[in-house]
Formats: sequence, structure tokens, C-alpha cells
Amino acid sequence: MSTPVLSVRNLRVEFPTRRGTLVAVDDVSFDIAPGEVLGVVGESGAGKSMTGTAVIGLLEPPGHIAGGQVWLQGERIDTLPPEKMRRVRGKRIGMVFQDPLTSLNPLYRVGEQLIETIRTHTDASPAEARKRSIGLLEAAGIQGAARRIDSYPHEFSGGMRQRVVIALALAAEPDLIIADEPTTALDVSIQAQIIQLLKTLCRERGAAIMLITHDMGVIAETADRVAVMYAGRIAEIGPVRDVVQRPQHPYTKGLMGSIPTLEMDGGRLLQIPGSMPRLTAIPNGCAFHPRCDFVFDRCRTERPNPMPSGASAVACWLADPKNGSPRVDREATAAQAKSPT
Amino acid sequence: MTPTLTQPAAPAPRATAVDVDAAELVRVRDLSRVFDVSKPWLNRMIEREPRKLLKAVSDVSFSINKRETLALVGESGSGKSTVAKMVVGLLRPTSGQVRIDGLDMWAGGDLTALRRRIQMIFQDPYASLNPRWRVDAIIADPIVAFGISTDRAEIEHRVGELLRLVGLDPLDGRKYPHEFSGGQRQRICIARALSSNPEFLVCDEPTSALDVSVQAQILNFMRDLQDQLGLTYLFISHNLAVVRHMANRIGVMYLGRVVELAPTQDIFRQPQHPYTRMLLDAVPDLAMSGRPRKMVEGEIPNPIDPPTGCTFHPRCPLAFDRCKREVPIALKTGFDRSVACHAVEEARG
Repeated sequence: MSTPVLSVRNLRVEFPTRRGTLVAVDDVSFDIAPGEVLGVVGESGAGKSMTGTAVIGLLEPPGHIAGGQVWLQGERIDTLPPEKMRRVRGKRIGMVFQDPLTSLNPLYRVGEQLIETIRTHTDASPAEARKRSIGLLEAAGIQGAARRIDSYPHEFSGGMRQRVVIALALAAEPDLIIADEPTTALDVSIQAQIIQLLKTLCRERGAAIMLITHDMGVIAETADRVAVMYAGRIAEIGPVRDVVQRPQHPYTKGLMGSIPTLEMDGGRLLQIPGSMPRLTAIPNGCAFHPRCDFVFDRCRTERPNPMPSGASAVACWLADPKNGSPRVDREATAAQAKSPT
Repeated sequence: MTPTLTQPAAPAPRATAVDVDAAELVRVRDLSRVFDVSKPWLNRMIEREPRKLLKAVSDVSFSINKRETLALVGESGSGKSTVAKMVVGLLRPTSGQVRIDGLDMWAGGDLTALRRRIQMIFQDPYASLNPRWRVDAIIADPIVAFGISTDRAEIEHRVGELLRLVGLDPLDGRKYPHEFSGGQRQRICIARALSSNPEFLVCDEPTSALDVSVQAQILNFMRDLQDQLGLTYLFISHNLAVVRHMANRIGVMYLGRVVELAPTQDIFRQPQHPYTRMLLDAVPDLAMSGRPRKMVEGEIPNPIDPPTGCTFHPRCPLAFDRCKREVPIALKTGFDRSVACHAVEEARG
């Protein structure tokens, strides 16, 4: 396999507070291959956005990377000085955020922002940059791009603005796009358009995508691989088809079952009891154990790391071959072990 | 699929989706609401601009039977929340009628007795609970406001009962809203809504601010409550999958109009209106079944300046001349279902 575009190793993000240190991202490792779409999914507080912001070096102080490494095409970027990191952002990593209004400067015409980005990162002349901008807007599906390039962001609708943001993210031809909830603020009919656009544009240009979202449907449609996060850690990571259709981690199973779909006919939704722990009170051992149906002793004391299981990696002691008995037996004994309490 | 029409040619009867066997609780007739969004008078005079009117809801009619859930789905700007506010009595309609158990909501007269039978659950459980009030005071508020009881011990007992009903501890009543998670807050909102013993709950996107696993808890709970207490729901949502899970019947709204109204199964098995089909196509395919999908085109027009005729015609694959000129009226296309579309009426779908 070729060198991954992005390689994250044992990333740890901490927030020192008066009442002790909060660990928002804990021992997270993953790779993104060239042209690949990695979905990062989780509920609020799972640390998915924090992982994205840590990768691009935009953590808000006092949050900081407390451990681990981030490699972009074989170059370590988490230790780069801010000035150098600024050159990496925009040029080699493009970003798309949830709210297109906050990513665009309301006081500048859309064209000025595109041209500025292109000229900051390449040595194009103003005329060339303008021509490229029009091309980008057209590629992003904005009709009459030559005319609309001189409009202000407020003159675009929400979906159109997100198209502009995508054009902006692709302006310097980055190798990686980090898209943090790119469609959450949009209506369903627009959402599908934007996802399709992001996917085709990146495929044409060979850019990889790290797609952060809470929406499993978006992931199922877009991603090649998925990382499911829970309480700051990766619970399960693997090919999208495996994770969506044959989830292995009990949390992923619960998550998939709790999503109402068009295919199911009105039965009860699967329910995970309780809710995600707050960062101030992450349980010992496996962070999911208080909500897990298959919990056994080891889960309460020892924290599982993702271990290979099929094509995926699963952070669950049930997937540990060293546990001896086959998986089905384990689940049965776990259920028995739980019943007295 | 070719829809069956009772009368293919005009004049066709106005559709009424009524199940004759069940008792009707809510009846909404030709409900409309216009908002004045013009600039202040002086600006209008100086800039010589006419008044600007936004028609948020136009001629919406439906009825809801007892113990039934009717869902209204639509994208932003479709007017679904405006309908909810008018039905619950928070917003005066420009025209039309809301009748609840035969009583006209907006005809004047004393409605206190009626109002306590209707409650609302809002989208954002962070915004809809007063952060300075303790939870027991929040839940007791409707009891006090409607003068249902003045006896403190009785109120306390009732609040404890409600907290237990929604899966919280009676001792939680002494806490403040910020001590609870999103899902628990929504349970508090439900407890408050239930405290005046209502029959009819209007739920405006009750789970869209929640995470999926919490959403599943709340949706299951709301269905249990309905069975247990015999509640009637008007359920507003933008999420078709959620609606499929909750509703008996579904009204699909687009730019202030109900374009299709049908039993849930029919909407999903055999959508008739092109907009409904488009919405269904836009739902991500989670089962990865390879369900064939058509790309949705275009965006929702600005409601201040809506397209002529059928407001969906600029995005509609079946649009023709008549759609640009004439607003389609809802026609009955089968048992308990109606569609407002010229293409369906002329069987070109």
C-alpha cells in the first residue's frame, strides 16, 4: 500500500481545567489512504470534531495535543510551528465546516475570497486566479459562475454557500479535505446534492476526505471506511459495509439499531440505556461498560484497544482471541455473568 | 403506479381524509397565515417599496382522530411549525378554522377548559426550560396556571408521579435543568406537557436536537405513552424515517401547502406527489440496499416570492404548462389519501 495521506498515531487531546484534566481524545489512531473517504461518526461529546481540529492544529487553548503524532504524507505536522502549520492548512488540507456562513467572510465578495486563497498558496497571477475561481465555482455546481463570482455570501442560499465553501476548500488543490458536519445545517434534499458534489470533486482531484458527522446515513452513502467514536476513543473502525451491516462493537450495534430507517416497519427501535458519559466522569475500564449488555469483569477494569477482527478493528474484549472461547460463548457467559446484578 | 381518481375531470371534490369509524379530535380547515415582512413605514415611503407579505401557510386542511398520530413533514420554510403554533393556539391564523373536539380555537369565548387539554413539546430542550426554575416548579407550572390544584401536597405528589412516569426520580425535582442531559431534559418537557392531563400533544421536532441513541429512547417512550394514556399526537418533523416510525398518517408540506396526505404505509409504499418521491429519494440509504435513487434538483424557492401555479413546478420532473398557471387543489386519490398535483390528476405520474 502507498503511504497514507494522513496518519494519526495514539493522538491524545487534553483540556486542563480547575477540576483536573479532561481527556477529550484518547489514544486515537487511524490512516487515510490517497483518495479514500474515512467517515468519523459518533454522538455529541464523542470527540470526533476534536480529532479533526487537532489534526489541522486549530485546537482552542487550553486544549492541546498531549500525546501522539499526526503525519501528513510522511511529514510530521503536529509539531510544526504555527507559521508553518498555517501554510499546510488551506494548501495541503482543505476544510469544510458545518455552517457555511461562518466560513465565509460576509464583507468580501465570494470571488475575492477564492482569489486570495489561490494566490496565497500558488503563484497564479490575478487573472489566472480569477479564471480558476470561476472554474471551481462551476465545478461546484454554481450556475452563471462568471456572474455570481462577484456576489457576497449573503446573496447565496444555504446550499449554494456550502458549494462555495467546498470550492474554497479545493482552491489550492489539497490532498486532504476535512469536512466537519458539512450537511448538518442543510435540508435533506440539499444534503444529498452536497455530499454527491463533495465526493465527485474529491474523486476527480484525488483528494482524500475525513468526513466527520453524527449522521450514519451520510456515512453509509459516502465513506469507504468508518471510525465509530465513543467517549474520546475509537470503538470500531473498518470498511463501511462491515460496520453498517455487521457491526461488532456493542455500541455500534446499539447505535445502528437505534436509527429509524425507511425499510423498517414501525417496530420498536433498539435502545441503548443511559447516555454517553461526560468527560469529567469517564468510567474505568471500557468506557461503554455501564451501558453494555455483554459486560464482564475484564471490561470494568481493563481498557480495550482496537484489535483486529475480520476486516475491522474493534475495541472490545469480546473481540479478543485471547479470551479463549469463541465469540458466541463469550456473549452467552457475559449475559449470564450480568444476570445476578 | 397509476393513481385511482374518483373523478378524473374537474370539478373534483375536495379531499377529506376522515376515517368514519374513529372519533375525530382535531379538525383544521383551510388554515392560512400571512406574515407581514415589509420594512418599516418610513423606509417604505422613502424607498417607494410596496408591502411585502409572506404566505407561510396556505389553505391547509386535515383532521386527526383520537389516539392517532398525524405527522407533518417538510423541509425548512414549508410552514409545518407555523401550522403547529396555530393548532396549539399560540399564533392567530389569518383565515381558516381550528376545531378541537368541536370547539373553535380562534372564535373567541372562554377556552381555558379546552387549552388544558392541549400541550406542546418543543424542539430544543435547552431553550424550552427556564434555567432559573427548579424542575418540580417547571412541571407544576401548568397545574398552577390552569388552577387544576392549589393544594401543595397534592401538586408535589402529582409532580413526583410525573417524574416517575417519564423515567426520572422524584428527587430530581429539586434539581435545575442544567443538571440534566438533553434526553432527560426532553423527558422533563414531556412531564410538564403531561401535567395538565392533556389529550392532545403537539410535538414540534421533539427529537431533532438529540443524538440518535437518545432519540430512540424518546421516540419509543412517546409511543408507549400514547398507548398508556390514549394520547393524540400532531408530530412535526423533517425526518421521514422518524415519521415513519411514529405516525399513522402523514401530511407532506411544501412551501405552506399540504401536497400529499395519506396513511403512513401508502406514503412509503406508493408515494404519489413528485415532491414526496423526491423527499424519499433524498433519504440516505442506510441499509445499503442499493435502492435506486434519483438526484434531487434545485432548492426550495424563497417563500416571499413563490413560483406561480404549483409552487413545486420549477423542481418537478413532471411539470407542464398547467402547473405554471394553476394551483392544484387536493384531490382524493384513494381511501383516506389525497394529493395536490396536476400530473397525478391527469395520470401522467
